[in-house]
Amino acid sequence: MPRIVAFCCQYCAYAAADLAGSMRLQYDPNIRIVLVPCTGRIDVIHILRAIEDGADGVYVAGCLEGGCHFLEGNFKAKKRVRFVKKLLERIGIEPERLEMFNLSSAEGPRFAEIAREMTEKIKALGPSPLRRHNRSKENI
Amino acid sequence: MIIAEMKPVKEILEMVRDYQNILIVGCKGCVAVCNAGGPKEVAILGALLRIARRKEGRDIVVDERVLDRQCEPQLIEQLAGPVKENNYDAIVSMACSVGPQYIAEQFDTMVVLPGLNTGFMGGTVVHGIWGEYCAGCGTCQIQSFGGLCPLTRCAKGLLNGPCGGSVDGKCEVNKDVDCVWELIYNRMKKLGQLDRLAQAVGAKDWSTSLSGGPRRIIREDLTI
Amino acid sequence: MKAQTNLQAILAKGEFAVTCAYAPPCGTDIAMILENAAQLKGKVHAVTVNDNPAARVRMSSWALSKILLDAGVEPILEMVTRDRNRIALQSDLLGASALGIENVVCLAGDHPASGDHPEAKKVFDLDAVQWIAAIGQIRDQGCLMNGKKISGKPNFFVGAVANPFVESLELHMIHLQKKIAAGAQFIQTLPVLEMERFSLWLSEVRGRALADRCPIIAGVLALKSVEIAEYVRNRMRGITIPDAVIDRLGAVPEDQQQEEGINIFIESIEALRRTEGVRGVHIVAIGWEEKLPELIERADLLPRADSS
Repeated sequence: MPRIVAFCCQYCAYAAADLAGSMRLQYDPNIRIVLVPCTGRIDVIHILRAIEDGADGVYVAGCLEGGCHFLEGNFKAKKRVRFVKKLLERIGIEPERLEMFNLSSAEGPRFAEIAREMTEKIKALGPSPLRRHNRSKENI
Repeated sequence: MIIAEMKPVKEILEMVRDYQNILIVGCKGCVAVCNAGGPKEVAILGALLRIARRKEGRDIVVDERVLDRQCEPQLIEQLAGPVKENNYDAIVSMACSVGPQYIAEQFDTMVVLPGLNTGFMGGTVVHGIWGEYCAGCGTCQIQSFGGLCPLTRCAKGLLNGPCGGSVDGKCEVNKDVDCVWELIYNRMKKLGQLDRLAQAVGAKDWSTSLSGGPRRIIREDLTI
Repeated sequence: MKAQTNLQAILAKGEFAVTCAYAPPCGTDIAMILENAAQLKGKVHAVTVNDNPAARVRMSSWALSKILLDAGVEPILEMVTRDRNRIALQSDLLGASALGIENVVCLAGDHPASGDHPEAKKVFDLDAVQWIAAIGQIRDQGCLMNGKKISGKPNFFVGAVANPFVESLELHMIHLQKKIAAGAQFIQTLPVLEMERFSLWLSEVRGRALADRCPIIAGVLALKSVEIAEYVRNRMRGITIPDAVIDRLGAVPEDQQQEEGINIFIESIEALRRTEGVRGVHIVAIGWEEKLPELIERADLLPRADSS
């Protein structure tokens, strides 16, 4: 099962995750949710650490554009995600292992859908290239 | 400040290809301000190198340190302890080119690699964008140009500009760049100095610039 | 009193000057140039030999100037300050004079970034204003820029270049006036294909009493096809090709474009001849130098007698 780290903002994505839970919607249990106050809190290094520590996939889930509780945090996150995708490509890691999604706190079903989408995508890509050589790194 | 940017990671990977144990040293001076080699960028480069090498199945040990500045021999001395203890194959300096050179001088059997491409002397235009403002000619005469430097900001470095390529107020070489001579004219007009603009500026004495050889500046009252 | 160059004498007499531009070959083959030179003899007062035009390596302009001089055509040595520092510029100037080359036109030149060796180091030790002043000093005071006396008494007729299609007129007038104050004795403008904007520029020049001090020779472009016109528009910054010209060339079938280009050329010449303040024309035939003799004939610019 793929190990996927999901950085979720408190006001939208994490709230949607809670709602998905209340609605008993099913998605892959290997999604490790990391709560942040706003996706703008996430920096390049956080994403790289997740990958370095063996994540097969990473996604950043924030509010809908224009609906960020902190106004522009999700735009900053979008730029950083784009930047990290480029960095990953340059060092031979598939940029598709990292994505950004936007949703509102009312979208429980969408949260589950994103989780399922990302899981399928990462399954198709296979385990992180870092895990091929070194099976002992289990920091996640 | 000195504006630099990180070398392409592929280039750095190539430079450290044969090494298993390296130290990255960052700098909290200019390169931290222009987000090229400060603590954040050191962490990013460290992570990138470890990820890339683990993917190849050839792990690399990357230690990370940051000095307040690398353009000060006494601060470079702070690396002596770590260098002695760790038997590094190489040090990647993420300061402007002064840093790696200072490190190389003090650790003369250590391979020192530049992690950055040092660009120019400049300042922040807006957050995330830095521009070149000074070429270090050694004889500043911006007062003749309304406070702007045509040597640096005119692509041709004309002291009596503009050139005929400045057709629509933009530089002939780069359409995204304003022709600095338009800016100089506008400023001098506001200052009421157009008669000064009409006087020819004589040929530059380049001997005070890098053209004359590597330079030193000395304050005799401060030398020990 | 030093002898005047042919071009200088023509302008002094108030005759309408006819000059043309010639780009040196990218190489050492001068066979075609010698052929063209033979045809141009007697048809133009002088030929401007470009100096690594558009920052592309060509045979040096002083070498081709000498070749043309030997073939009976009076050259104007173009000297850009992009590639040579003051040591080389002064040296080349003295050499040119010793070879009999006396007309010089000075400009900064296109930046290396737009040329065929963009990795080259730019020089621009001097700019056009400073170089014009230096040539004047060599000629009038017989000494180099550092004050050192030279042997011989070289004579130069020094010119500069102007672009009439700039928007910021006051700034460019200040610049033009600086070139004239530094010693420019004639101005060749970039090609004029739009009379309205050219007239605007010219009236500013005349309004500042600059045209009397320094004759204006207006550039004219001979375009052979709509393709070349578009190439010039997109790739040669500083030369303004109006939509009307592109449309006119594009409206005729390919095999008639040359003729239409010649018509546009002839109309431009006639308009400029009628314009007060224009003391001559400078013909630029991009990629079409062999057509120059015919163009000059058809524009009724003959005969071109020597001043003597």
